[in-house]
Amino acid sequence: MQFHRVTLPNGLEVLAEHNSQAYSTAIGYFVKTGARDEPPEMSGVSHFLEHMMFKGSQRRSADELNRELDEIGSHSNAYTSEEQTVYHAVLLPEYVDRAVELLSDMLRPALRNEDFDTEKKVILEEIAKYEDEPPFGVFEKAMAAHFPNHSLGRPILGTRQSVSALSVDQMRHYFENQYSPTNMALVATGNVDFEQLVKLAAKHAGHWEPFIPQRDPTRRQRVASRPSRQIIHQPVATQQYVLLVSDAPAAESPDRFAARLLATIVGDDSGSRLFWELVDTGRAESAEAGVHEFQGTGLMLTYLCCRPEDTPQNLRSIADIWQDVVRHGIKDDELERAKSKICSQIVLSSERAANRLFAVGSSWLTRGEYRSVRELVEQYRAVTADQIHRLLEQYPVHPCTVCAVGPLEELDTSRFGV
Amino acid sequence: MPEAIHCTCLDNGLVILGERMPWLESVAVGLHVPAGCIYDPADKVGLAHLVGEMVQRGCGPRDSRQFLEALELLGANYGGAAGLAHASFRATLLADNLDALLPIFADLVRRPHLPADQFEDARQTALQAIQAREDDFAEQAMNQLERLHFGDPWGRDELGTRQAVLSLRYEDVVEFYQRCYGPRNCIISVAGQFQWEHLVEKIGELFGDWKPQEPPRLESKAGKRGYEHLERPTQQTHIALAADAVAYRDADYFLARAAVGVLSDGASSRLFVEVREKRGLCYTVAARCQSTLDEGAVLCYAGTTTERAQQTWDLLVEELERLAEGVTAEEWSRVKAKIKSAIVMLQESSSARSSNLASDYYHRGKAFSIEELKHILDNITVDQINDYLKRRPPRIRSAVSVGAQRLEVRRAIP
Repeated sequence: MQFHRVTLPNGLEVLAEHNSQAYSTAIGYFVKTGARDEPPEMSGVSHFLEHMMFKGSQRRSADELNRELDEIGSHSNAYTSEEQTVYHAVLLPEYVDRAVELLSDMLRPALRNEDFDTEKKVILEEIAKYEDEPPFGVFEKAMAAHFPNHSLGRPILGTRQSVSALSVDQMRHYFENQYSPTNMALVATGNVDFEQLVKLAAKHAGHWEPFIPQRDPTRRQRVASRPSRQIIHQPVATQQYVLLVSDAPAAESPDRFAARLLATIVGDDSGSRLFWELVDTGRAESAEAGVHEFQGTGLMLTYLCCRPEDTPQNLRSIADIWQDVVRHGIKDDELERAKSKICSQIVLSSERAANRLFAVGSSWLTRGEYRSVRELVEQYRAVTADQIHRLLEQYPVHPCTVCAVGPLEELDTSRFGV
Repeated sequence: MPEAIHCTCLDNGLVILGERMPWLESVAVGLHVPAGCIYDPADKVGLAHLVGEMVQRGCGPRDSRQFLEALELLGANYGGAAGLAHASFRATLLADNLDALLPIFADLVRRPHLPADQFEDARQTALQAIQAREDDFAEQAMNQLERLHFGDPWGRDELGTRQAVLSLRYEDVVEFYQRCYGPRNCIISVAGQFQWEHLVEKIGELFGDWKPQEPPRLESKAGKRGYEHLERPTQQTHIALAADAVAYRDADYFLARAAVGVLSDGASSRLFVEVREKRGLCYTVAARCQSTLDEGAVLCYAGTTTERAQQTWDLLVEELERLAEGVTAEEWSRVKAKIKSAIVMLQESSSARSSNLASDYYHRGKAFSIEELKHILDNITVDQINDYLKRRPPRIRSAVSVGAQRLEVRRAIP
């Protein structure tokens, strides 16, 4: 695989990882804007705007845009996170020219009033859907508790109130302050001719005027967190959903590899310490740990889903498992197996161009770096048990934020220091 | 260039399918034992799923921990569970480790410990899955729809009910294992980087002396059909419906699939445009073909807040009626482009191809290669699709809603 990169005169970065074995090409605009860049009164605007991009441009109606994306057989979609908005398409290499033209046109949206009103209903349905289904918003509620005074604590979708109150003018204003070519990258992976890609980018996006985007000024800093407890009674739920949140290495930190290995050892969905104690024994439907990285800030998450009546005892077991790791560290054979799992997942998933797109694009957006599959595997292979033990000292897992959603109205969280 | 599909059958009935994808570093293996929930006794639905859970708790020289650890050390992306017709165990891994994986898979289905002292844990695991499903209203709507439409055993939910799982005994597990786990109608499907002759030889050594089980007996009852509403205090109403179509093994299947593509593939598809884009009624609306061995259906799902549920239902009915009137050449050409690129992209996924091979063989007794799939697709014309829709219009037969209010469905389902 070969990596190429160039910056157009207007600041748009174009990058590609070429894989001659691939049958498809994956292309995406990775924009450095997301929920953390929103002012409180516009919570949800990044995600709503992402939907509006599919509603057509000055040159195309929504119908025309969607028809053309389908005509080239592309599998296109978009997502919004706390810090990026990504518009992507996977297609056969012969359609790359049309795909770049379409994606570029999309990113200069018309934002028509009537489309805005119709799409608002779709967003409100999306919010209702997630409020109604497992895990009943426990992640968003935990983030709100953990980051009480920061945009990272606000939901990506916004709330029913914030989305209802949003106006199309606010959205236009947000677009004009974020979608500068200097605030995004055009990324391609799989079977891609880089020279052709650069020419297409220059033709279809080279004329976009650059400006200074209004990004969250704390992006590179560690955001102050406040471990707290949040017990939310949700009588519709049968099971209890609990999320524990503590600080962990940020996206830029060289410790992030050790953090992910630690999470795998403690709480992978199969073969981890939490698995053997709680899932294999049938005490919980799921008990997992994982890391969530942002620029400047990172989180260790432990998730539990089980019967309400078993929750207190299961939480004590989770506290014991974390305490044991902190006191006695991890074993060499656990570390070896975790490395083998993660590394083979990286290699196996890299066979699909689409999977590489998100790895390459996100790495570029958050760190401004490219790592090949081989380099990534080497980073994980190099982690030692000592590094993981130092990590546990640097980022205490307790006290942590405890957020519970479900039938329980009360829960003892003293073991977690809150 | 893609190669033809390899296929052979051992003397004991075990079928081996292979598709070489030498441009990949990975290989995917699926071991499909005909031990799904359709073989559960009617009062013990959930047993197959529990047996699928029990066989993974130690096999051959390994206890349950050593079993998972061995797979982790091979870097295998592994999963196993019983579904409707099969208990399937799947692993994707780097090609060099294939020879080390196969003996573990042979132990898994031939020499499981079925440890009696873990029976209660396994039962609790199964109950957890049932309880978790209680919270998933969209899933409940689809499960209830399949029961209503496909009847028994083809409309079963493999998890079974809490009551049935609580009534199971350890002896039931042993009995089911002895009755259903065997080489007869068992499929091993392999796709990716491997050598066919070597694979067949290895599988022959590991599975060749496995004694065939008795042929299974199945009695099936047709679905009751009609409309059911499950009252739940949710914001959204989850709507699921089933309409007539043909089974996967039917000569017309690909025409049915093409028609459903016009309904639901992509952002320019009819459901997406009419229900979501123009009216903003739903975030999720979709249709797909679903097939048992003998029966096929178009299944639709839409989730929308209660006050807009009736309008959404009426629109779904209208769109299925409009589909019966035919599709346009332009619509078919867009769907065709989408399906074609999806077929080409399958060549980047050994795990997807391994699953396709097994499913094709189970339904049709033959697995299609990528080239054959492309050929079938290229030869479908819009006239054929419209002729099919005339002969087999997608009439709505069954529907389920889950939410705060019943729907008025009598015009579509008398």
